[in-house]
Amino acid sequence: MILAAIELSPRLQVAAIAGTAIMLVIVFELVRQRRLMEKYSLLWLFAAAVLLLLSIFTGILGWFSDLIGISTPSNALFGVAIGFATLMLLHFSVTISKLTDQNKVLAQRLASTEERLRQVEKSRGDS
Amino acid sequence: MANKRLAIVPALNEESSIAAVVQQLKIHAPTFDVLVVDDGSTDDTARKAEAAGARVVIHPINLGIGGAVQSGYQFALAGGYEMAVQVDGDGQHPPEELAKLVERLEAEPRADMVTGSRFLGEGDYKQTAARRLGIIVFSLVLSTITRQKVTDPTSGFRLANRRAISLFAHDYPHDYPEVEAILMMHRHELRTVEVPVRMDLREGGQSSITALHSGYYMLKVLLAVFVGLFRSRSAAAEHAVTGAAGDIR
Repeated sequence: MILAAIELSPRLQVAAIAGTAIMLVIVFELVRQRRLMEKYSLLWLFAAAVLLLLSIFTGILGWFSDLIGISTPSNALFGVAIGFATLMLLHFSVTISKLTDQNKVLAQRLASTEERLRQVEKSRGDS
Repeated sequence: MANKRLAIVPALNEESSIAAVVQQLKIHAPTFDVLVVDDGSTDDTARKAEAAGARVVIHPINLGIGGAVQSGYQFALAGGYEMAVQVDGDGQHPPEELAKLVERLEAEPRADMVTGSRFLGEGDYKQTAARRLGIIVFSLVLSTITRQKVTDPTSGFRLANRRAISLFAHDYPHDYPEVEAILMMHRHELRTVEVPVRMDLREGGQSSITALHSGYYMLKVLLAVFVGLFRSRSAAAEHAVTGAAGDIR
């Protein structure tokens, strides 16, 4: 098996490690401050952890780019990052759909409760 | 009435077992008022609970077990209850065991919450290897952090005093709350103790932890526990106060 000749230039490797490490710290801090729920942080943490591993152990990255036929390993790194970004957007779309539906149910229930309350108040006023 | 007591029964699609749970509570724990929190069931849970004589709070949407239990604690706080116990709507927590929790809480003034533990010798509770492994890991982690033995970290059979009710009414974990709740108590310097209880196999409904979810569950809770270690007590308390501003009176 021929590994791609150049895996990552040292500068790009440092930049990639720094970038993903900052990402991890930001997500962790958001969870700690309770601005991000654990449930929604898992995918972010997983993505950042995988990207961090790939930037540190460039051998895995080389093997992976070889496997799917990308000649420049750095492109494989971008590819994986874009893959995660797409996954997360999809995840958010699903979540937003659920929230939209729940929001509708809440508004309907509130409206019908208020209507019934008005009726009760009216009938009390009449008697 | 002084010394009001409340049994909080979170239920999601438990129409086959909820009436029996409410009736059993009324027989074996007559000093407790019963509140069923229907977490957006699509079946007849709420009507059957009401017919059996329980107070019922119905969530228009499903909030998850954490949200359901917290609604119960908010009800307890607003209603001036001195004690509140969580009892599962599927019938796995036998109401005749409740007396043991009450006895312990009354005997130990320093305790703020008593948890019924399946693993202190009473009964024999069968479960899958995956769940057992999860329980072992959590009990190890929690025992280390809280520096006291926690044998049944996922037990939802818990009796809380006024201080714990107030904390949980203001701040309670979301999806799988039991493990995190113990950690929260520890962070706020509230004391938890365990007593041995017998539990029954689930009558109807489904476990909130299916085999498929147990891996995700463990990961999520371990993350929550880990991040929790880096939260200061004041930050959590502050959140409890700000979170309480609007909805609790």
